[in-house]
Amino acid sequence: MSDKQYKLTFCDGSGCLKNQAREFRRVFEEELQRQQLQQNVQMHLSGCLGMCGKGPILIVNPGYIMYGHLRLEDASEIVREHLVNGRPVSRLIIQEDHLYNRFFRIFGDSEFFGRQMRIALRNCGVIDPEKIDDYLAMRGYEALAKVLTEMTPQQVIEEVKKSGLRGRGGAGFPTGLKWEYTAKQSDPEKYVICNADEGDPGAFMDRSAIEGDPHTVLEGMIIGGYAIGSRQGIIYIRAEYPLAVQRLKKAIEDARREGFLGERILGTDFSFDIRICLGAGAFVCGEETALIYSIEGARGMPRPRPPYPSVSGLFGKPTLINNVETWANIPVIIIDGADWFSRIGTATSKGTKVFALAGKVRNTGLVETPMGTTLRDIVFGIGGGIPNGKKFKAVQTGGPSGGCLPEQYLDTQIDYESLAKAGSIMGSGGMIVIDEDSCMVRMARFFVEFTQDESCGKCTPCREGTKRMLEILTRITRGQGRPGDIEKLERLGTMIQKASLCGLGQSAPNPVLSTLRNFREEYEEHIHQKKCRSHECTALLTYVVQDNCVGCGACKRVCPVNAVSGNRKEKHTIDPKLCIKCGQCYDACKFNAIAKV
Amino acid sequence: MSRLITITINDKPYQVEPNQTIMQAADKLGFHIPRLCYHPKLSIEGACRVCIVEVEGMRNYVASCAFPVSDGMKIRTNTPTLRTARRDIIELILDNHPQDCHTCERDGNCELQRLAASMGIRARHFEGERKRYEKDLSSEAVIRDPEKCILCGRCVRMCSEIQQVHNLTQAHRGFHTVVMPAYNMPMGESVCTACGQCINVCPTAAFLEKNYTQELFEKLNDPNLVKVVQFAPSVRAAIGEAFGLEPGLNMEGQLIASLRKLGFDYVFDTQFAADLTIMEEASEFLERLQNGGVLPMITSCSSAWMKCLEQFYPDLIPNVSTCKSPMSMQGAVTKTYFAKKKKIDPRKILSVAVMCCTAKKYEAARPELMFDGMRGVDIVVTTREAAWMIKSAGIDLVHIQPEEPDHPLGISSGAGAIFGTTGGVMEAAIRTAYELYTGETLVDIEVEAVRGLKGIKEGSITMDGKEIRVAVAHGLGNACRLLERVRQDPSRYHFIEIMGCPGGCVGGGGQPYAQINSIPLDDDNLRKRAQALYDLDKAKTIRRSHDNPDVQKLYKEFLQSPLSPVSHQYLHTHYKAKTPAGIIPKKERTMSGDSK
Repeated sequence: MSDKQYKLTFCDGSGCLKNQAREFRRVFEEELQRQQLQQNVQMHLSGCLGMCGKGPILIVNPGYIMYGHLRLEDASEIVREHLVNGRPVSRLIIQEDHLYNRFFRIFGDSEFFGRQMRIALRNCGVIDPEKIDDYLAMRGYEALAKVLTEMTPQQVIEEVKKSGLRGRGGAGFPTGLKWEYTAKQSDPEKYVICNADEGDPGAFMDRSAIEGDPHTVLEGMIIGGYAIGSRQGIIYIRAEYPLAVQRLKKAIEDARREGFLGERILGTDFSFDIRICLGAGAFVCGEETALIYSIEGARGMPRPRPPYPSVSGLFGKPTLINNVETWANIPVIIIDGADWFSRIGTATSKGTKVFALAGKVRNTGLVETPMGTTLRDIVFGIGGGIPNGKKFKAVQTGGPSGGCLPEQYLDTQIDYESLAKAGSIMGSGGMIVIDEDSCMVRMARFFVEFTQDESCGKCTPCREGTKRMLEILTRITRGQGRPGDIEKLERLGTMIQKASLCGLGQSAPNPVLSTLRNFREEYEEHIHQKKCRSHECTALLTYVVQDNCVGCGACKRVCPVNAVSGNRKEKHTIDPKLCIKCGQCYDACKFNAIAKV
Repeated sequence: MSRLITITINDKPYQVEPNQTIMQAADKLGFHIPRLCYHPKLSIEGACRVCIVEVEGMRNYVASCAFPVSDGMKIRTNTPTLRTARRDIIELILDNHPQDCHTCERDGNCELQRLAASMGIRARHFEGERKRYEKDLSSEAVIRDPEKCILCGRCVRMCSEIQQVHNLTQAHRGFHTVVMPAYNMPMGESVCTACGQCINVCPTAAFLEKNYTQELFEKLNDPNLVKVVQFAPSVRAAIGEAFGLEPGLNMEGQLIASLRKLGFDYVFDTQFAADLTIMEEASEFLERLQNGGVLPMITSCSSAWMKCLEQFYPDLIPNVSTCKSPMSMQGAVTKTYFAKKKKIDPRKILSVAVMCCTAKKYEAARPELMFDGMRGVDIVVTTREAAWMIKSAGIDLVHIQPEEPDHPLGISSGAGAIFGTTGGVMEAAIRTAYELYTGETLVDIEVEAVRGLKGIKEGSITMDGKEIRVAVAHGLGNACRLLERVRQDPSRYHFIEIMGCPGGCVGGGGQPYAQINSIPLDDDNLRKRAQALYDLDKAKTIRRSHDNPDVQKLYKEFLQSPLSPVSHQYLHTHYKAKTPAGIIPKKERTMSGDSK
């Protein structure tokens, strides 16, 4: 490691030379001498960087700040401001360096990160989330400054519309349109809400995004407030996320102190503030109308729409609600531009999507990939495939509202439409990998149990219908399934999908209907043959001792109910009437002589 | 008028007004889309999903109660898949319902039963676990039976939106959702005002009045008791509906005859005590007016309103008239004046009241209203209970020969009759107060300004050159709105009438359930009941309370004069503040810029 503080790279390609690159370097060196900084910097020359139209080019490291269009008189400013005062000269920075690159430069050479593209999470793991200076160094609040000084609210909305960004909360509604509808309302009082009520089991996208980079959410919201003409933002976050809440609080205080929040932001006429509202952890409060009731202090129950919150939301006022990840994309779109953003992704789904990768996969965790990445790339590429040599069975996307996709859908591109066509949904980004050891009926039952528990109890199909589905699924997994149960599940599921009041109910049957579509034979085996092929349903399972038993007695010793009998060195037997299916004999046998059938 | 738009329902085009819901448009076109949680007086809940329809281009069914029509919209209300879905939704409700129809009080009067019948549910597919709850019998007036509840939320909305009592809400989630008072307080300890409007709007039997019919039948057979009954003005205007008659028929004579056949020795009319109330209340008002007493004076006839006052408006207790309600006055004079006159031991009198009201059950049990160690009214039954008893005893109310009430507590003026509808007490009081104050007879005695179903009515009358400003509110929500005005500007009114129920007593919580092709608290229905009372008033030769000869006789023989010490002993009472248990005072919702 060099002990030099800065490493400067001057482009010495012919394009830059034509633009007085060497002359600039000479002036720069003189300036360094004047400031007596020669010892602190290390100077390099590089070949052509390929940005010949923007020369001369100077790259300052650390930080990979790329300056362009340099004129001789800029040298002293860069030396004074950047090298002495540590403040990069933003007016000279050239924009080709997209925000996500910084993450890539730091982590991009590892297999897990190299395949990702981090936009919403660009600063997570890069900056200290509790230091606003760190965020500022990553061009934080630059988008806000740009919006407030150079753009009209209408231009901001146009930019967001042009970017093709769609709501990351699950439904994928075009964000720019939502902004436009809310902006159109003439009511002088409007609200901006950040939906951080993340509730899918196993999902932690929003929590990680806020914990890793709280300011980007704030910045997105302030920009949203400016665009629609609001003065007040509210972050609705569940109280079970104490660290995220603490970091948000710190970030709000810091932003206020630095003049990014509060009265007359950055000296302009625009004032905006943000407060935090803690949710009690009801899943349904992620539904926007229920969330609004909850902020108002009422019971969190959805109401029929229209009117949509953009017309009549919090306290009856026009309200713009976006999810954490959506907000986190906004500063990038403003700085790097809608044109750049909309080049990422597929025809209908732009940008990236964050997923919480979980289940039977080697690399579980948070991943952000461009829209259009295939499920296979995520599961087997970034995720590293299935551990323990097991066979892939399905991937469940969209949490309790989503569906299970088997192997033949692995090459499905991830975007809103393709996933829906395949019979699942994007959802907020839960992704659970299932291997051959998992029973799909149990899987479906788990999710229905969750939604039944979290149903607000308002509408009949969801409250009563999911209860009956759960009862049917429970009896199937207990080996008490009856002929006709599958048809009942389908009949109820379709009705609940089409007749429920809100998204929770409408999507609650998805795990069942998608497994019925793709794994119907497992249901049929459970019902008709009383068999669970993955041996997860203990009621349908019998432990038997096979012929390769050596009669060691290990199973007999561990059996808590004395169901194993047999003489030493002779094949043992298990009495199925006594067996409680605890599985201890199976684990104890060193010869794999006990089988589940 | 706004431009008409074209919608298609079941393949036929129709021109309809914009800015209405699919259900509203369909209703006017003769399509009755099945419904359950919808009620025109309440906010849109969209909860039951029974009123779903198909709209072309929409992925899912839409709730027609909540979804607005738009030009070119293609709606289907009756496709086979839609019928199946609707049927299944009703079946799901039935699966979580006791299904004890034959032993249920709402048997034959249950909206769920009617819906199930119209859906043609003949087989059951999804039966499973059913919810189990204890009945809440703690209240004197209103029973809560969560097992029968189908969570349509009408009671919750009625209690908070129309009545602004906010006693009921949903608690818990999913299958365990249940409607209860705050913190699951027993109804008897909660802020429930006993108005009974939850019973009126409940489609099933999740709310019921506490039923005293069995006890009454037993006591009617007790030879040691002298059975005396009174019935409220609005009972006669509504009880016919319970026998399948059209609304708005005055069944006074038939009711008197039926009550006699039921076993009552004396049938009196609460309208008599209404006249008596006016004598006392008008005098009290004039005394306050002339001697600088607390104004505006507020009426005290409605027992639900009295509980509301004590809980939520204790600062206005000095404004409220000290008069007991007509029912309690009638009870008091029955066990004193009447008993003395007939030489009956008052403790042997069974004093029964047939009321349009559930809160009267609560009122009758109030210890403040007792005198000489007795309750003025021993048993209160609602119009519904009385109708059932009459049917159960095999009495043909519809065809019976009408009879007259007994003396000396049976004759009433037209002013007493109109007590049963909103504005009636005010109108009756004006008729008498004017004459007491000016010494002249008020010629134009029909005070139109205080008639009708407008939530808050204002009017004024000039007495000897002095303008008296009056206001009338019906339904506790309207009362709250009116009282907020009073709090802000106490000199705005001189005299205020408040009735706890929408429409006044004609819309009471004890009135007959809505019949087929009707909805609870239908405005037309309320108007017809009120009209029956106004017609009764018009037909009477005596239309002013102070002209009631039996009331005059009562003063001469017993009470001496209005507001006399005897009157005060038997006809007046006092109210005191009650801290609403479990309720945190409602704060103004404010937005602060601070993060918390």
